[in-house]
Amino acid sequence: MPDNDLIVQEMSKEYKYGFHVDLETDAAPKGLSEEVICLISAKKQEPEFMLQWRLEAYRHWLTLKEPSWANVRFEPIDYQDIVYYSAPKSHAGGPKDLNEVDPAILEMYNKLGIPLEEQEILAGVAVDAVLDSVSVATTFRKKLEEMGVIFCSFSEAVRNHPDLVKHYLGSVVPPGDNFFAALNSAVFSDGSFVYVPKGVQCPMELSTYFRINAANTGQFERTLIIAEEGASVSYLEGCTAPMRDENQLHAAVVELVALDDAKIKYSTVQNWYPGDKDGKGGIYNFVTKRGLAKGRNAKISWTQVETGSAITWKYPSCVLMGDNSVGEFYSVALTNNHQQADTGTKMIHIGKNTRSTIVSKGISAGHGQNSYRGQVKVLKSAQGARNFSQCDSMLIGDLCGAHTFPYIDVKNSSAQLEHEATTSKIGEDQIFYLNQRGLSTEDAISMIVNGFCKQVLAELPMEFAVEAQKLLSVSLEGSVG
Amino acid sequence: MLEIKNLHASIGGNEILRGIDLEVRPGEVHAIMGPNGSGKSTLAHILAGRPEYEVTQGSVLYKGLDLLEMAPEERAREGVFLAFQYPVEIPGVNTTYFLRTALNQVREHRGEAPVSAGEFLKIMREKMRMVDMDESFLKRSINEGFSGGEKKRNEILQMAVLEPGLMVLDETDSGLDIDALKIVADGVNKLRAPDRSFVVITHYQRLLNYIVPDVVHVLYQGRIVQSGGKELALELEERGYEEIRERVGINRPAMQV
Repeated sequence: MPDNDLIVQEMSKEYKYGFHVDLETDAAPKGLSEEVICLISAKKQEPEFMLQWRLEAYRHWLTLKEPSWANVRFEPIDYQDIVYYSAPKSHAGGPKDLNEVDPAILEMYNKLGIPLEEQEILAGVAVDAVLDSVSVATTFRKKLEEMGVIFCSFSEAVRNHPDLVKHYLGSVVPPGDNFFAALNSAVFSDGSFVYVPKGVQCPMELSTYFRINAANTGQFERTLIIAEEGASVSYLEGCTAPMRDENQLHAAVVELVALDDAKIKYSTVQNWYPGDKDGKGGIYNFVTKRGLAKGRNAKISWTQVETGSAITWKYPSCVLMGDNSVGEFYSVALTNNHQQADTGTKMIHIGKNTRSTIVSKGISAGHGQNSYRGQVKVLKSAQGARNFSQCDSMLIGDLCGAHTFPYIDVKNSSAQLEHEATTSKIGEDQIFYLNQRGLSTEDAISMIVNGFCKQVLAELPMEFAVEAQKLLSVSLEGSVG
Repeated sequence: MLEIKNLHASIGGNEILRGIDLEVRPGEVHAIMGPNGSGKSTLAHILAGRPEYEVTQGSVLYKGLDLLEMAPEERAREGVFLAFQYPVEIPGVNTTYFLRTALNQVREHRGEAPVSAGEFLKIMREKMRMVDMDESFLKRSINEGFSGGEKKRNEILQMAVLEPGLMVLDETDSGLDIDALKIVADGVNKLRAPDRSFVVITHYQRLLNYIVPDVVHVLYQGRIVQSGGKELALELEERGYEEIRERVGINRPAMQV
């Protein structure tokens, strides 16, 4: 590919000056072009295959149109007005200390019970050392290495484990899968890479929290998790505290691959900035997440608690290819004020006796709009497939909305599917009952909502579940007049 | 303890209470009887602060506090407890967790330290024995899948845990078989104390065999039309409410049935 080499050369020339300037701003110029992609790849010292992969994705992206089928509304995004590369932030632009951080965010940290040191990290305060977490992370890493588990940033994986990346990247979510996946494939900034070798049970919950430099993975995150035969891993993404972030568009891609008898559990707590009370600002969270249960008896389990972002648009899905493989999706999506969420899952049954479970809890408050959209597809080959779906919606107040869009497509008559759906308004009599026992209306609502979500919260790892409960309470604040 | 004066209240524009006067002193048990639709439950819910009811006239003092000015949760923290006729189910909310939260709200209000989960478990076990509830109850969601009798016992259990000053029992006997009724009454009797008062609302005299009242009132068309000792309940049982209807109807022709 001499043309591209030329481009790289040209670009690195041109950006020499750019780099110089960029070392201060540490960002590429606005807009997306092949030049910018070459720059990203060069900055990350990626091997040639990665650059080609990105460029192909970009060229495909150019042929795609932004989809419009989701039940969400937003102003058109100007893709040429986005900065697609900025180096891992050096905290230079961040606040000097917590006094400079928005008091509303600090209040939330306090309500969530986050220690001061962690608050500083989350708020992007320039701390000299990342305190204990560095040493904690190092200790964890050593232990993982001993067991053969690879857990590193995606950029490191591209450099240090190119064969694995090459083999699996895009095998579950191909670069041309959809508009946002293509965009991500072209410009992804960083993310996580996990590889669990044959027969290894990963001894700890893997969390981005413990990965050095994880705090600024950027807006186009890319994650790839591979569990070899008989391996198992539980991965936690996100954090209950809202992180400082100026990027409006987040288009992440997550791919999971589980081989024979392997298990992957992926838990997310998403709490990006939701915008203010009037719906100004806030993150657009447009994510493609998919797990491939490739081998026999493989299991992919998604759990998500989505409380943040102005718009959430995501469907963590399972492709159940191996016989007897299992897919699970447990979701809580909460929209308050002017937040919008269109979220759900896809369960694609391909192998024999594949089973899937969907439990979705949507809570709408304020002017929030909450849609469950889910597809259960049973292919001809999926003899004996079973699915159970349960979608419950709860409305708080008169101005919000809940919508359910289930799609069922069955090509094999031996399949058994169950679908249950309920929509209810939070009960005045439930609130009064709790009031009568001394609880304030706000506490009462949070207790009722947490009860409503229990089935999903129970799927989260213990500490996470406790934090998620608090998060639901905090996110609901102000939902009653 | 409780002083109600000329209380008028309505819901959706319909006047239900038309001038109630009632005084309950510390340690007393007052029974309020009356036919369906006489306003018994309305009175109970107004004491608890249910927002749907509108108080149009009159005053309610509890321990000298203007109850009508207080939010439902403030009344609860001050020690007003309503045992509901139809306790609601709250799926997924663990009863132990809920009750500990409630108790700690009350304690915080009184300036007391919160009880830990461990301490609370001890309190729960002790009180559960009182109303004959087994261990599995600790893990169940609030009233979810409870039988009628279990729901009522749960109300009494909550009362025992929260140790309120004024307890209003709204037809706690309805739907109970005789064994459950005895358990509930036993629980209530154990809570009787010189500094606590009860307003027991019931349709039937039966409950009052087990919870013996100091005073019995007859509520009819939103007014207390007769008050007396515990024997009044027996009289009512014998002669039925029809007699009251006739008597009140004759004596007060202005009142519309």
